[in-house]
Amino acid sequence: MASCHAPQASFFPQISPPFSADTSSSPIVSCRFPCRYASLQVSSPSSGTFVPRAEEKTKTERNIFACAATASRLVAEKPAPTKKKTTITKEEGLVLYEDMVLGRSFEDMCAQMYYRGKMFGFVHLYNGQEAVSTGFIKCLKEGDFVCSTYRDHVHALSKGVPARSVMSELFGKATGVCRGQGGSMHMFSKEHGVLGGFAFIGEGIPVATGAAFKSKYEKEVLKNDKVDAVSVAFFGDGTCNNGQFFECLNMAALWKLPIIFVVENNLWAIGMSHIRATSDPNIWKKGPAFGIPGVHVDGMDVLKVREVAIEAIARARRGDGPTLVECETYRFRGHSLADPDELPEKAHYAARDPILALKKYLLQHNLADENELKSIQTRIDEVLEDAVDFAEASPLPPRSQLLENVFADPKGFGIGPDGRYRCEDPSFTAGTAQV
Amino acid sequence: MTVRDALNSAIDEEMSADSKVYLMGEEVGEYQGAYKISKGLLQKFGPDRVLDTPITEAGFTGIGVGSAFYGLKPIVEFMTFNFAMQAIDHIINSAAKTNYMSAGQISVPIVFRGPNGAAAGVAAQHSQCFAAWYGSCPGLKVLSPYSAEDARGLLKAAIRDPDPVVFLENEILYGEAFPVSAEVLDPSFVLPIGKAKIEREGTDVTVTAFSKMVGYALKAAEILEKEGINVEVINLRSIRPLDRATINQSVRKTNRLVTVEEGWPQHGIGAEICTSVVEESFDYLDAPVERITGADVPMPYAANLERMAVPQIEDIVRAVKRACSRSARGK
Repeated sequence: MASCHAPQASFFPQISPPFSADTSSSPIVSCRFPCRYASLQVSSPSSGTFVPRAEEKTKTERNIFACAATASRLVAEKPAPTKKKTTITKEEGLVLYEDMVLGRSFEDMCAQMYYRGKMFGFVHLYNGQEAVSTGFIKCLKEGDFVCSTYRDHVHALSKGVPARSVMSELFGKATGVCRGQGGSMHMFSKEHGVLGGFAFIGEGIPVATGAAFKSKYEKEVLKNDKVDAVSVAFFGDGTCNNGQFFECLNMAALWKLPIIFVVENNLWAIGMSHIRATSDPNIWKKGPAFGIPGVHVDGMDVLKVREVAIEAIARARRGDGPTLVECETYRFRGHSLADPDELPEKAHYAARDPILALKKYLLQHNLADENELKSIQTRIDEVLEDAVDFAEASPLPPRSQLLENVFADPKGFGIGPDGRYRCEDPSFTAGTAQV
Repeated sequence: MTVRDALNSAIDEEMSADSKVYLMGEEVGEYQGAYKISKGLLQKFGPDRVLDTPITEAGFTGIGVGSAFYGLKPIVEFMTFNFAMQAIDHIINSAAKTNYMSAGQISVPIVFRGPNGAAAGVAAQHSQCFAAWYGSCPGLKVLSPYSAEDARGLLKAAIRDPDPVVFLENEILYGEAFPVSAEVLDPSFVLPIGKAKIEREGTDVTVTAFSKMVGYALKAAEILEKEGINVEVINLRSIRPLDRATINQSVRKTNRLVTVEEGWPQHGIGAEICTSVVEESFDYLDAPVERITGADVPMPYAANLERMAVPQIEDIVRAVKRACSRSARGK
């Protein structure tokens, strides 16, 4: 398995120091390996809108973001400063906190259940990355779409799928969100706009782009003005080397689709480090190559993610087109529950745990007190206990379910020996799986 | 009416009737279609509904599938189905399987269409027949028209169908004209998916075929008629679901079966039909099932080799004679 080592300085292009003289107030974006990205400076127009900057005068400037944002302010080694440009209300803060705690506790419960044999197959946990899911999805509204990968439990939860439904699905029970037919990697919910759940990396990106296309089509061709749904595609660093990613960046930009491409760069694709797999590890840079803004944000800080999300979503809703957001994040567990849990940077990122960071922020700004936060944790624990009990008590899918839902129109099973469509025969799904 | 006009009129009528239907693919718009199937459609429906895509099969097929998840009805045209191999992940994994994975929440009313199989002299990477591959996948419906009537009726049915449909056309047939009745020309004309058509009734032997091979089988039948062999030709129309009832009923009448297809022999359509007949009508067979397929080679380029690599009318005649001269016991 690849071991992580600090990349050698000579391997990466040196990015020169900030191009603006004023270093004190401008937001600075860091990198996790100082030699990879030097401390960069991003100029911040007061309007806070994304402006693709096509012409860069100096080589320095060309190396830096092509898109200005009021976003991330973080210094490489020090913890994030608590002073933020935008404020959140107490309600907003508690919603974010509760959602992240739900995500974390749910995934921890999954691990427990897996090792007790209630869950099986491939299970990929999201621990550590909650800020990305919460930060983006809590800014969406009903009617918006989310499309994910196999690491999709928390995206489904953030989007509103009940914990009971997700847990049942993982147990393979008939009460699951997909009646036990999808499983961990295939969470679909029409009601909540969750488009999956895909096992192949890169597969969800065109599907999310298609949903954005539908939104635009409804507005422009079907003349339905009330439609302004946006689509958010979540995927990882490994996916950014896949052809479909680039194909969709191109088409989304070409047709100005209302989509946000969110990269959850957790540095590892199973055991392949991002740096070993990618010629230019700066994923955000790949957006401007297609004429869309590329933004890099600290994915361990939910407030920063939220700031970027609000901006990107507004941009898409306005009809200004797609955005590529690279979230620097980390997974605290192995790739899946069947994989070893041995990543080297865990300790470093555990110190930047998004839930603890938000908790600290809420307490420091007197937006909540210990008791309130503790009661949220207790409430979530109860929700999960209930979800597990519900899943345990739920029935397995009946035998007749095997042949159901292969087609929306079951005449697809064809005509039987008696000359009638097989699906018209009432015993079709009750017998053996003879087709 | 030519098959080309039949397809064009089918798409035109369905797009007029339902504004959720749209066409996307390479060269479908301004170029009027790589094979002119979509001629005039851009002018009639505009660039919002007839989309010229970049050359990115995986990407635009996935976009089509994603838009179908929530109710649009895309027609995705592949310049040939060979290119669809770059998109096959989306045809199978995100289109065919989604209704099942989501337990019926999300259906995918999409049509994937384009020319399939050998053309003339286009060599190995442009000549593969994909009927068997797509035909084995649950969740898909796979259709293959022969005549103009088939093309119109089946394509309309496919566009109206709530499930993903793979529609395998044939480049050589595009220009061929067939007589059509007034009923076929009616905008509400559809053919049922899953029913084969008996193109020619007969008593001595059943020959099954689809797409271009139906024409060959019919010509072979005319030749055999003169030699006293009465051939029943079945135009499958639907590869999946396969109309096993019609095929078996026919074999029980004639007692002999010859399957014809252009694709590769192993795990092909003929293999499935043979098994179906062996399972359901074994006692009725008077001779082993004969299987005519394309040669088990990638398609060669040289004209004479290409002729040898695909079934010709003589091959069908020979196989039928062989089926008729053998009896149940020995040769």
